[in-house]
Amino acid sequence: MPRKAIELPHNIEYLSILNEKGEADSALEPKLEASTLKAMYRWMLLARRVDERLLKLQRQGRIGTFPQATGHEAISLGSILTIKPTDWHVPAYRETAGFLYRGWTIETILLYWKGFEEGARPPEGVNDTPISVPVASQLLHAAGLGMANNIAGDKNVVLTYFGDGASSEGDTHEALNFASVFQAPVVFVCLNNQFAISVPVSKQMRSETVTQKAVAYGMPGIRVDGNDVLAMYVASKEAVERARAGGGPTLIEALTYRYTPHTTADDPTRYRKEEESKQWADREPLIRFAKYLEKKKVLSEAERNTMEEEIETQIKNAIQNVEELVKHPPYSDPLAMFDYLYEDIPPFLQAQRDELAKALGINTNENKDDKKKDKASAGGRN
Amino acid sequence: MAQMNMAESINLALDEAMGRDKRVIVMGEDVGYDEGVFRITKGLIAKYGDKRVIDTPLAEAGIIGTAIGMALYGLRPVAEIQFAGFEYYAYHQLEMHAGRFRNRTRGKLTVPMVMRAPSGGGIRAIEHHSESREAIYAHSPGLKVVMPSGPRNARALLHAAIQDPDPVVYYEPKALYRLFREDVPEQIETLPIGRAQVVKEGKDITLISYGATMRATLEAAEMLEEEDGVKAEVVDLLSITPLDTQTIIESTRKTGRAVVIHEGPRTCGLGAEVIARINEHVLLYLEAPIIRVTGYDVPIPYFAREMAYLPDADKVLNAARQTLSF
Repeated sequence: MPRKAIELPHNIEYLSILNEKGEADSALEPKLEASTLKAMYRWMLLARRVDERLLKLQRQGRIGTFPQATGHEAISLGSILTIKPTDWHVPAYRETAGFLYRGWTIETILLYWKGFEEGARPPEGVNDTPISVPVASQLLHAAGLGMANNIAGDKNVVLTYFGDGASSEGDTHEALNFASVFQAPVVFVCLNNQFAISVPVSKQMRSETVTQKAVAYGMPGIRVDGNDVLAMYVASKEAVERARAGGGPTLIEALTYRYTPHTTADDPTRYRKEEESKQWADREPLIRFAKYLEKKKVLSEAERNTMEEEIETQIKNAIQNVEELVKHPPYSDPLAMFDYLYEDIPPFLQAQRDELAKALGINTNENKDDKKKDKASAGGRN
Repeated sequence: MAQMNMAESINLALDEAMGRDKRVIVMGEDVGYDEGVFRITKGLIAKYGDKRVIDTPLAEAGIIGTAIGMALYGLRPVAEIQFAGFEYYAYHQLEMHAGRFRNRTRGKLTVPMVMRAPSGGGIRAIEHHSESREAIYAHSPGLKVVMPSGPRNARALLHAAIQDPDPVVYYEPKALYRLFREDVPEQIETLPIGRAQVVKEGKDITLISYGATMRATLEAAEMLEEEDGVKAEVVDLLSITPLDTQTIIESTRKTGRAVVIHEGPRTCGLGAEVIARINEHVLLYLEAPIIRVTGYDVPIPYFAREMAYLPDADKVLNAARQTLSF
């Protein structure tokens, strides 16, 4: 009957591979093809430029309020690269790089921020859920998807994201616990940008790290430099491979800094000092990756400039396309709000649809021909 | 044809659904080896194994949230919440996600799942075990809500709920679990969700109810006939969402008088919605104001006072007489 320390079953680790000068730890550096490295830079750059353009569009009143993802490109891209299209991507809302990589077009992303549900319709060919606004709630879907994978005897993996603020929600606890109890193949990525709107992570929890919570759930946990795309890639690949092999869930804490306001409606000068933001400026993910690629002679400044030009045109065209697209049905049709609630519209809802049509002077007979609705198939994916 | 009670017929429906469709998963607290605290999942784990009959951790949001994930994956989870009074822990998952995925993704991702929960009072339970809150789900777009009133329709409605392509809240009036037996046919039946049933025809007054209070309502209808010579028409709603407006207004148009009966609190309860629809469609056919016999706007009392709270045949009878003599 002694009193002694209990040894915990898992150790937690920290991983960083690429420093701010663009130097990599050669022992930890992943072996990636030059073409892959180039593509990685391009995806991150595209996400950054989309984010910046969205901010301008918001200031011009051409989209609604939106949360910027500048500085978080490495977290999303480094992890998303490690899963297959048949795996599940269950994002929160700062995974712009991952959305683009999975085939969400810039047009679709713009539609979302222009206030159309069509912007939340996942593209064909991948198993993605859309942006989840209520923080942490999507983690339970990820756990359930992973449980379903095990029940069906499949070999898919689920990759999901949440923030440091979301780590306080009950759903985070329940999702980590369910995934652990049922050994669901889920990789939980906590994007710790140290702020939940105005509340710093020190007021969110007394734990030193989010990672150590993994120990409580009996799963491996690793803290990663979230501004280091190579470290994100390595940690995610390891977790995804373990999950696919039946080794259960992993918690990855990606440490970064929220470089931007929470959303375009937020003013961070009310609650944090500018000096702090400046300290983090040198650590951002794109610059160090560019330096690394330059040192490796994978990507020159001239090539980067060409990429910039291509991306600018790509974004410009997408904006033009969308601003034309929304003038036409179904985007221009307010009655579309009724058409996807249930597989078949029940009479009471049809009556409300007719009532609105009448109020707006819309001839529903004409309208019906334009209405293209996808019928549900046997499963939950159509 | 076999005589069975509602607990047995719901169990039968789960067994039949699991037998017919491998995608059907039963999950919840104590649904496996304990076979459910009301024994509704009796025999299922022995027959289908612990991969398809899942004892979950004690966490309602976890149960409903992971059921949503399973449904997105292509399974057909039937998730049990042990008592409806604990469903609030998980309500956010139904409201924020189950009812929205199809709409949000323009039909790409859907949530074909069922949430089963024993609801309502009358079993002398402790606090939080007797609530009747179906109106909450009726106020939550994208969900369907059904409530059986007997062994036969319980089985048929559960089959319909499991086969439905959208999320269904299936509330089980637990006071009826073992209250009476009736014939349940050999063949699997389904009842269309969104349709009410006229269970007794009449011409003088319409009594509209669902779930556990159907017993008091039918009893009152018999008393009206025997004691007053009044022929009451009785409508069993069965579906709360979609509500069968047509059956409600056709009956009320014919009789010109109505009483709505339910256990849940009165304010913004189902009765309010039923009366609004009657007013919208057949106001000028009404001979008297419509009366609601419902639970009161207090938490359902601890069981020493619960019988006074619940609608009973006398309360329905008095309301009907008041309507008839207006």
